[in-house]
Formats: sequence, C-alpha cells, structure tokens
Amino acid sequence: MATARPHRATPRGTDARLDQLVAASDVVLTCGAGGVGKTSVAAALAATAAVQLDAKVLVLTVDPAKRLATAMGLSGFGNTETVVGRDAFAAVGAQPRGELWAAMLDTRASWDELVGRHAPDELTRDAILANPLYRNLISTFVQSHDYIAMERLHEIHASGRYDLVVVDTPPSRHAIDLLDAPARMADFFASRLLRWLIAPYRSRLANLASKPFQAVADRLLGASFLADIAEFFLLFQSMYDGFVERAKSVEQTLRDPTTSFLVVTTLEAGPVQEAMFFCDELERRGLRLGALVCNRTLPPGLGDPAARRLADHWQRHPEAAAATLSPVADHGPPAAGSDAGPDRQDRDRQDVDRQDVDPQDRDRLAQVFTTMGQSFIDYAMLAAREAELAARLAPLAERRAVVPQLDHDIADLGHLLELGRALWPT
Amino acid sequence: MGLLDRRLLFVTGKGGVGKTTVSAALARCAVAGGKRVLVCQADGVGSLAAAFDVPPVGFDPVEIEPGLHLMAMDTEASLREYLKLHLRLPLGGRLGPLASVFDFVAGAAPGVKEILSVGKIAYEVRERHFDLVVVDAPASGHVISQLAAPQGIRELVKVGLIRNETEWMGDLLADPEVTAVLLVATPEEMPVTETLELLGRIRSETEVSVAAIVVNRVLPELFNRREGALFDRLAEPGDWQDELVRLNGDAVHPVLEAAALATRLRRSRASHLARLREAAPDVAQIYLPFLFARPHGTRAVQLLADALAAELD
Repeated sequence: MATARPHRATPRGTDARLDQLVAASDVVLTCGAGGVGKTSVAAALAATAAVQLDAKVLVLTVDPAKRLATAMGLSGFGNTETVVGRDAFAAVGAQPRGELWAAMLDTRASWDELVGRHAPDELTRDAILANPLYRNLISTFVQSHDYIAMERLHEIHASGRYDLVVVDTPPSRHAIDLLDAPARMADFFASRLLRWLIAPYRSRLANLASKPFQAVADRLLGASFLADIAEFFLLFQSMYDGFVERAKSVEQTLRDPTTSFLVVTTLEAGPVQEAMFFCDELERRGLRLGALVCNRTLPPGLGDPAARRLADHWQRHPEAAAATLSPVADHGPPAAGSDAGPDRQDRDRQDVDRQDVDPQDRDRLAQVFTTMGQSFIDYAMLAAREAELAARLAPLAERRAVVPQLDHDIADLGHLLELGRALWPT
Repeated sequence: MGLLDRRLLFVTGKGGVGKTTVSAALARCAVAGGKRVLVCQADGVGSLAAAFDVPPVGFDPVEIEPGLHLMAMDTEASLREYLKLHLRLPLGGRLGPLASVFDFVAGAAPGVKEILSVGKIAYEVRERHFDLVVVDAPASGHVISQLAAPQGIRELVKVGLIRNETEWMGDLLADPEVTAVLLVATPEEMPVTETLELLGRIRSETEVSVAAIVVNRVLPELFNRREGALFDRLAEPGDWQDELVRLNGDAVHPVLEAAALATRLRRSRASHLARLREAAPDVAQIYLPFLFARPHGTRAVQLLADALAAELD
C-alpha cells in the first residue's frame, strides 16, 4: 500500500516498551473515552519518536483547542501538515534525530477535498459544495467525523510521506463507532434506501416499496424539503462507486499489520469500561492492540502499608505528632491570633515568608498533621480503586504503559517529552 | 428565580465530567422539595439508571420512587408516538420497514432526530405531566444541534407537520423562566476550555439561556497560608523532616509526597476555576466536591444532592 520508505533505525540500548510497538508500526491510533488525555498521549508519543528515532513522524490531531499547537511552538496548524521547528526542540534542550510534523483534522475541509476528488466534474463538485444541505449533512452524516479521520489517515498512509503517523481519534460517543465508520460509509452509499428516496425524482415509475415512506415523509417534512434532499443525493450519486471503493481501502488501512491501536484510559470506572470494551472489540475484529496506556495514575507510595499506618496515626493523634517536633520548634512566644479570615492571612503572609515559621503554634502544626493524614487516607482510597481497575485491565494487553498524574498542564514541548518519557522510558 | 423553579433543565458538558451524576443529584434535590420530576437520558445509552441503582429504562417513563420518573430517549419511539397522536396512522408495535427508512432520513436530514428528541421532551413540559424535566443531555456539540433543532428545521423545512411543531417548541425553549441549560465542568484545563466554548456557542447558536455552571469534583483546600508554610518546612529536606524520619522511618516520605501532590493538584485546579470565573463572570457557579469515597450509584448521587442543596440554599 505505502511506497518504499526509508529504513528506520532504532537507537541501541533502549529499554523499550512502547518503542518496540512504534518501531513495528507505521500507524498508531490512540483511542479511549473522552477526557482521558488521548490528544496529549498522541502528541507525546509522536514528539518522543521524532526525538529518538531517525524518522519522519506526523501527529494528526483532532484537538479543538490551540493548546497543542502552542505546546509545539506552532502559531497554529490546520488541515495542512506543518513541521515543528528544531528551535522548539532546542528550546527545551532536545535534539531530535527525526522530524515532527503536525496536522489538525478539519472535518469540513477534508470533506470538501474528498468531494473534489470524487466528483466526476467541476460542475457537480460546485453544485454539491453549494448545496444548502451539504454543510448540515456532513456534520450529521453517519459518523462523518470518524470516517473522515480514517479517510485522511488512509490518504496520508498511502502517500508514504511519513515513517510513522500517530492519530488522535475524534471523541466518539462509543469508541467502536470509529472502527465501524468505513463499513458504514460503504453500506450507506450502497444502500437501497438511498434509491428509495431518489426513485420518485429519478424516474416516473415510482418504486412501489418506497410509496408508504414517501407518503409519511411528505406529511411530516413537506414535499419540497424531500425534493431538496433528493436533489442533493442525485448529485452525490455520481460519486457512490468511488466512495464505496474508497471506504473499503480505508478499512484495509485499519487492518494493515503495521497499524496498531493504543488504548488510552484513566483508572476510573467509566473510562476503564470503555477501554475494556474497545480491547474486546479489537480482538473480535482481529485488529492489533499495540498497547494499553493508563494515564494520570497516582503515585505507588499511596499503597505503602507503613505509610498508611503513619497517616492513620497522624490523623488520630496530631498533637502527639506535632509534639515530636518540639525540640527543634522551641523558640519564641506563640503567634498572636490564629488564622482569621483571608485578609488576615494576606497580611501575615509577608511575615511568614520573611521570618522563620512560627514554631510555637502547635495547634496549627497539629492541624497540618491531621490534614496530611486525612489527605493520604483519601488519596490512598483512590489509589486502591485504581489498583483494582488496573488489575482488571492487566489481562487485556501484553504491553502496558503507566503514566503518572502530572501536577501541571502540558504547556510546551518539554512537557510533551516528559509525558513521552513515562510512555517510553529510556 | 431559583434553579429548580424552571420546568426544563438541560444538563450538558464535556464527556466524563459527571453529567449523569449531576442530573441525578439535581432530580433528587427537586424531588426532596416535593416536585414531580422526570429525568430523561437523552442519548439513550448512558448510565442514568445505574446512577439510581435501577435496571435500564425505556421510552415510557418509569416511576422509580414517589415523584421520581426516569426515561431513555428513543427517537423511533418518539416518532411512533407522534404519528399515533397526529396522523392516526395504523402502526403496529414497531415501525417495521419504515424504521430503517426513517433511520436513513433522520441520518440524512439535519435536525430530524434532534427535533424528535427535543420534541418529546418539550411535549412532556408543555403538557405539565411533571413539575420539572431534567435532561441528561448529550455532550458538547451534540447538545447544540438539539437545542437549535427548532430554529434549524424552520430554516430548512418550509411546510409540513414538523415545521408547524417547531413554533411552540422554539418558544418553550427560548423562555428563560421555563427552560435553561446547566453546564457541567471539572476544574481542569480542557473541561474549562470546552465549557467556555460551549457557553459561547449556546449563546450565539441557540435561544436557550444558561442558568449556571456546575463545577464538579472540586478538590478540598488542604492548608491555609500559615499551615502551608509549616507544611513546606516539613516537606523540604531539613531538620523537621530528618526528625520525622528518625522517629517514623521512611513511611514519612509517601505521606509527605501525597500531601504535596494534593496541594499541587488543588493549586493547578484553582487556576482553572479562576479562569472560568474570569471568562464567565455573569454565569452563576455551583461547586460540588470531589468524592473520594467510591463514586458509584445512589450514595454518590445522594452526597452530591446534599452538596447541591446546600449550594442552592
């Protein structure tokens, strides 16, 4: 399918997990429930691959915000592929061995291109693009976002322009819609229903089977609206065969042995359920699960039983804990007043910053121990739940990556590479 | 006017922020206030029933406890009901072959599925079968096409029964005394960004008013400033930390690290909250706490309902 591509060198001595996956794949698709960090994982993987491999890497994203572009040092990027400057890497002290390219999936523009490619002539193309229904249709069409993402991927993959393409998939109501999109698109254009709808307008011999439908539809929607739709599909008809064939090749790209899926999830009940469902579906369809990424996990120390005992102790006996520090905290009288309102705190703040902490205020210190203990207990509860979910996920994937919860947002390429290091330890 | 004094509330937001739990909590609050409430799962596949610990429900509202009714939207059933009411078509239990044809037209003709969905909801409101209808609405984007469906249909469909229906539906949705949207967000980067985008789109593309932003999963503040300074001294290597380790061993480190992580997470989230407040100063904000306890089923819903009741007070 793809044309000859340059040999990709894998750096020696890499303690590899995901890099094995990436080295064996031409296409990696990240999937998962909404809000689990797919976009960041896709970008981090692509950026890291560009740094570590002598390869031309593209990340195709659906990220609606400018955030990712900014993080990669681009003022913005659209449907056209844009290279990420070496200076952006240099700014965070990285020297990429390969190249990082980025493109944003613009559903509208991609559909327009697709119509342009498949329309038999310019007249038909212009008529379709000018049709008032067209815009509405591509936004409500059978999973038009999912399909166009796959279509775009196929086009890029077939061009052989990149060694590795990482695709951040659109948030589907169900991740599985994505896998079905090409087949559904093919079904849609091959559908008898389409012919029913157009039949009365195409020939005077109205199809008998379509009659009851026409009668109801006319009363509900009015005949003129139906005529509008029919006209649109008549125009589209000239492209059916092209679309059906294309949808089949797009599906082939998904089945290609060099295509793999990266299922991303957080260790929360909803996303995990979605991830498990997706892993099962991949297996059922004979598609390749490359790896499972558990994103935003809590630190392992929260499962430490000795720490838990200490937290319990501090939470229950904070005064005793505070008292243990008295030898080092035994100078000066207690601070006047305690934590009055925020104004008071603001005024106090400078004193706190300038002088040593007032060590005499044991009540306050005791409060700190209570809070630390309680906070550990709270987060340990979350961590225990994460561990349970991780155990349920374990049998689903041979390769797994565990990415810790970052306490900052992804603001630059350095943060993406930091995330990449968790995905791909060196 | 009070949030729960309206008759139709759409609850929406980015996927994964807790729309369903918030919808359920909202319904619980209203039922506790003596109202007859219908909660409608708009996309028909979510976990609304699970939030109430009851088996999945269908298109016909089920009273799961006094005053609290659940239903799941089903556009085919909505069409069937509509046809029965208005066309007196002799349709059996199912639409049969018509259903797949309908599916196709609804997929192709913009707004048809949406109008059938929003139409059923608006019908329940108009007929005053309930005091309040809470819609667990689709996520960002999809909700716009629902809320804007009457306008959209009016522009595209010039005649026909559906066109006629759009008039009263549009009026009902546009009346701020009757209908409002609640945006659910979490204090994180993308959810806040998407909430602000959604707010802009609802205001520019629909006629429905936004009543409030519900910020879900707000982390507790750990330390005030003075306590924070004491904690910093404990968390940084130095005499206090050495003393703690000497007395308690290495178990000290995970506890200190956990508190440090909690503090940083809280701080990062506070900045997103501030951004939300700044960008939408005219929209009321309701804060609901992060639940560390197992956030499942009725208990989580009840905890949030209590928090919501306190906020609405």
